Amino acid sequence: MSVLIKEFSGKGITVHGNDIDTDRIIPARFMKCVTFKGLGVYAFNDERVDDNGKSKGHSFDDSKFQSHPVLISNANFGCGSSREHAPQALKDWGIRTLLCESYAEIFAGNCSSLGMPAVTLSKSDIKQLQSLVENAPEIEISINIETMKVKAGVSEWTASMSDAYRNALLDGSWDSTSVLSQAYSEIDRVAGELPYI
Amino acid sequence: MAGKNLFEKVWNRHKVRTLPSGQDQLFIGLHLIHEVTSPQAFGMLKDKNLTVRYPSRTFATADHIIPTDVISRPLADPLAEKMLKALEISTQEYGIQYFGPESGKQGVIHVVGPEKGLTQPGMTIACGDSHTATHGAFGSIAFGVGTSQVRDILATQTMAISKPKVRRITVNGTMPEGVGAKDLILAIIGRLGVNGGLGYAYEYAGEAIKALGMEERMTLCNMSIEGGARAGYVNPDQITYDWLKGRPYIKNYESMIEYAEEIKSDSDALFDDEVVFNASELKPMVTWGINPGQVVAVDETLPVVESLPEEERETALRAYDYMGFAENEKILGKKIDVVFIGSCTNGRLTDLREAAEIARGGKVAENVTALVVPGSQEVAIAAEKEGLDKIFKEAGFQWRLAGCSMCLAMNSDKLQGRQISASTSNRNFIGRQGSPTGRTLLVSPSMAAAAALAGEIVDIRKTEAVS
Repeated sequence: MSVLIKEFSGKGITVHGNDIDTDRIIPARFMKCVTFKGLGVYAFNDERVDDNGKSKGHSFDDSKFQSHPVLISNANFGCGSSREHAPQALKDWGIRTLLCESYAEIFAGNCSSLGMPAVTLSKSDIKQLQSLVENAPEIEISINIETMKVKAGVSEWTASMSDAYRNALLDGSWDSTSVLSQAYSEIDRVAGELPYI
Repeated sequence: MAGKNLFEKVWNRHKVRTLPSGQDQLFIGLHLIHEVTSPQAFGMLKDKNLTVRYPSRTFATADHIIPTDVISRPLADPLAEKMLKALEISTQEYGIQYFGPESGKQGVIHVVGPEKGLTQPGMTIACGDSHTATHGAFGSIAFGVGTSQVRDILATQTMAISKPKVRRITVNGTMPEGVGAKDLILAIIGRLGVNGGLGYAYEYAGEAIKALGMEERMTLCNMSIEGGARAGYVNPDQITYDWLKGRPYIKNYESMIEYAEEIKSDSDALFDDEVVFNASELKPMVTWGINPGQVVAVDETLPVVESLPEEERETALRAYDYMGFAENEKILGKKIDVVFIGSCTNGRLTDLREAAEIARGGKVAENVTALVVPGSQEVAIAAEKEGLDKIFKEAGFQWRLAGCSMCLAMNSDKLQGRQISASTSNRNFIGRQGSPTGRTLLVSPSMAAAAALAGEIVDIRKTEAVS
């Protein structure tokens, strides 16, 4: 059985904007690979450097946020392509937990498969947390998956996430292969009853 | 007792059990793979010392990185060659049927599956690609998945998934001349928003949907994901059965129909939500921004940010900044540099016919580069048989080899700098078509062809080609 994920704490990094799609998180040209290792350097590549390779001042290049594992962003994060390269690139860069207003569905599922909590906070809470982290980048944020409380300094917020993804983190079944393969005889029964192939 | 909808019936037949997390373990009847999202999954299998449980239920082709000008091995791009090689080795090792470029059967996975008759009513289908929703056109339920799920499906032929709710989108009336499935789905996304479908699968129903051919139904279902819905489907009918008849993987046509009739939504089926559209009010649609929901009818002006719902304003401002467009501007007459006709959304034979009808006898405008990329080798052969390639070439379009091409620009077909394209693909995201500053206007095949000739966005309803 795999690792149980009940809580996480670390420093925050902010990325602003709604509808940040997976093409922005990892442009397609960096998906020419047969392994996910090393994708982190390309995370948000086109938002970080212009056509001439000059830095655009993205938070992923900001010295005050380097190696901060808690990504805080806005609504419909990770929409578009199903590419797991997106959460894998974030993970390889050093992100371990996401706090956003909402997530696109496939992206949230991909995060779950990696055991990376993708936690939802209200719009106003995210705004508050983003400015808190920008004013005090060294502040420690703690995320408790059991109580669904997020804390930073003296502030505390109530978070949410789908029961399925939350339970999977808490009972370790986010590492799905082992759980799914416990049911081979039932799988074969369902397959045998299908009227096709 | 109320009847059941197709989604529920198909889900129940494929459900293995409820997992402790509360998700369901769902059997996947047909698994499709390609070179971009599967190599890592095969790697994970090896790491976990697992094998492929049902190799006869997985089919592979190569599409994303395939060059469309010339294919000679090794491919000119060494990274692309490495990915292609990895797929060839894995499929051979595990005994998975692979339709490679040399087979004459290669193409975009969502074009190949249906045309081979692999896609059938009542199946559960998964592929490591968000446009897997396409296959719902046949009354199957089809999900785009990530690479970890590809691994799970290879290892167990099942995946863990929460059952979505089902929204019926009823489209009444008749579609006007010059308006097609692409315009309909863009209008749907425009109204419901890019995340309006979150947590839902869509059933497309009503008079206007029943009148659509299979290719148009595929266009419609294909872009369900752009509206946030994980899956979209149309109930199977005689049009579905006629289209599938005689295709290579249809083993028993009669029993396929029998099963399809059984899993169709009951007339008294319940839905979690209902939305109604009127087809007769539709117009050709053009996107103006950086997501497919930022769309207007061709005769409308671009929206005033203040007039938009508050949650859309930030993205709208970003879109205006990126596109270099302004509020109240007309979309009609927007100059374009590139035209791309193809993709899993609009790369099928009827799409090419529709575009060729406009291109016939015309000339691509000076300074416009126009690409026609058939969705599969089979589509290319069929189109060439009808002489569509000649019509395009005589009009100054480039006739390319089958692949995903400039939809996501993982091969060498890319926008340059700030170029603007009129594209029949499915995403107008920032940088999507290969240039980090490139711009995309999503349109139907006929609108794209008309834009190629005019060098700007024109109203297809007002050109001579619409008879």
